[in-house]
Amino acid sequence: MLDPSPPRSVAAGPPAIQLDGLSHWFGKGDTRRQVLQQVDLRVDAGEVVLLTGPSGCGKTTLLTLVGALRSVQSGSVQVLGESLDGASRGQRQRLRREIGMIFQGHNLLRCLTAEQNVQMGSDLLPDLGYRARRDLAREWLRAVGLGDELNKLPHDLSGGQKQRVAIARALAAEPRLLLADEPTAALDSRTGREVVDLLQGLARSRGCAVLMVTHDPRILDIADRVLRMEDGQLVESSSGERLWGAARLPDGGVAAAVE
Amino acid sequence: MNGFWQGRRIPLAWLLLTRQPMRLAVALAGIAFAGILMFMQFGFRDGLFDASVTVHRLVDADLVLISPRSTSSVRMAGFPRRRLVQTMADPEVRSITPMHWSLMLWRNPDNRATRAILALGFEPADSLFTDPSLAAKAQLLTQKGRVLFDESSRPEFGPVARWFRQGRTVESEIAGKRVRVVGLVSIGTSFGADGNLITSSETFLDLMPNTPPGSIEVGLIRLTPGADPLQVQKRLQQQLPVDVKVLTKAGFVAFEQDYWRSSTAIGFIFTLGAAMGFVVGCVIVYQVLYSDVSDHLPEYATLMAMGYRLPTLLGVVAREGLLLVAFGYIPAYLAGQGLYAFVRSATRLPVTMDLTRAMTVLVLILIMCLGSAGLAMRRLADADPAEIF
Repeated sequence: MLDPSPPRSVAAGPPAIQLDGLSHWFGKGDTRRQVLQQVDLRVDAGEVVLLTGPSGCGKTTLLTLVGALRSVQSGSVQVLGESLDGASRGQRQRLRREIGMIFQGHNLLRCLTAEQNVQMGSDLLPDLGYRARRDLAREWLRAVGLGDELNKLPHDLSGGQKQRVAIARALAAEPRLLLADEPTAALDSRTGREVVDLLQGLARSRGCAVLMVTHDPRILDIADRVLRMEDGQLVESSSGERLWGAARLPDGGVAAAVE
Repeated sequence: MNGFWQGRRIPLAWLLLTRQPMRLAVALAGIAFAGILMFMQFGFRDGLFDASVTVHRLVDADLVLISPRSTSSVRMAGFPRRRLVQTMADPEVRSITPMHWSLMLWRNPDNRATRAILALGFEPADSLFTDPSLAAKAQLLTQKGRVLFDESSRPEFGPVARWFRQGRTVESEIAGKRVRVVGLVSIGTSFGADGNLITSSETFLDLMPNTPPGSIEVGLIRLTPGADPLQVQKRLQQQLPVDVKVLTKAGFVAFEQDYWRSSTAIGFIFTLGAAMGFVVGCVIVYQVLYSDVSDHLPEYATLMAMGYRLPTLLGVVAREGLLLVAFGYIPAYLAGQGLYAFVRSATRLPVTMDLTRAMTVLVLILIMCLGSAGLAMRRLADADPAEIF
């Protein structure tokens, strides 16, 4: 399952994310406030894109729109080749099965063990028996270095361990797109580093696109591209390669995927 | 999505309940409490209705004559005894027993307090009860002033049975006249009567001197084998004047139960008590499930963000409700059994756990838990996956 495979060719298939003129407002009437203004963005399969910017600039809103958690108000959103403009609840719910989400708070189910939490992810896979889905969950937990903590409740895990369980859960559903909102915010720098390296390595090996919101300057180097957002607009875009140099990329081969 | 239980999934409902033992304990205590309360109220109600006909069930009769003015066992009016004799003209009537039936004031031989007791009078040579053991004891009643005392009577009538068994001469007073207990029978208390005694017609009339001559309260009619009681009942009712009512034995039992059911507030009171138990149970279960859903709202929202369908999550809450039914009903049932045994010994009312009542309470608990789960589900609509990032 976890055998590293070469990242999918950028040219093949539709882009993971394609935003055209996306605008979004919160509130009604006088209190109506625009949070996204004419955002254009394209993320290809296998690409790791970081999104930074001051708080309140619309990053999280962008994630929820791409994650099919909100309905689109204006502009066009295409995720994994499916258009989300005017998509029904059911359509969005089905699409969400293809999208892995990692939250700032780990949002693990408190009453489930680490293994059961991850299996809530693999349970979404069709055509797999209970045993296969459980084995998959164990495999992912081992992959994030928690092979010995299978039966611990979230309560008994450290912050970093919980975040790694959440990552395993997101990946266990075999997503084609991974959205993460400050996955390292609650972690110390060493664990944070481990978590993003893991995320990058696992995502790469599966050829899945990653869009990550972060304020953490220590992890910018994992990105193929770093986008900056201000007042609801994407203001600059720089490739990770240019920012940090190809030598610092853990996987040199991926740089080729970036224009 | 294979079937309702989705056996191949993680038992989320089970884990949600069992990994919060305090909350589960509160829910189960609430359900068990409601169940016990319902068992008690229904038990008392049915027990009281049942108890109202202890004597009615014992009489040896296919048809029963009573006065139309009689309303219940505690207000039996008299009718002319010759009406009963007239029925002997019917070829299918085999034998009859004229019977006196009235409440009398019995004086406790121990502390001299008086209390109403149901007295039955009959000719000792006649058949009164289907139980044959009475016939032998009935011979003891041929002497005037002798009575048979119901050993199941409430203790307020005095330690009559105990004294009698010890070989003491037990004498008491009814209407200022001395009576002696010459034997014990086992009848059982009823709604209207805390105790019973049986005596001869002669003694009965002596104790109730105001009874009009030739008047009786109940007439027992036994039919020839193979006779249809309903047909004979119809025939007799046509032939006899309107100053008597002909009932089958089942009709006699129903006559008594109907009185307590319709003319008193008893049925209403106990049904209301059971309803209160139901409502209290609903409130507790709803409170528990609602706070359970509220506490886990971010987790439910996370599951929705992961792509779980709302119906799947509603199913989790519904299954929590079903599990509560199963776990709450068992202690309620067992406690109900125990309390029935206690009530039987304390009140001598015939309260037992029958299948109908066990099922009624189970269905009510089911409605209670699933209804509460249904209401708690509305909270799930507030789970907005967009809010959890």
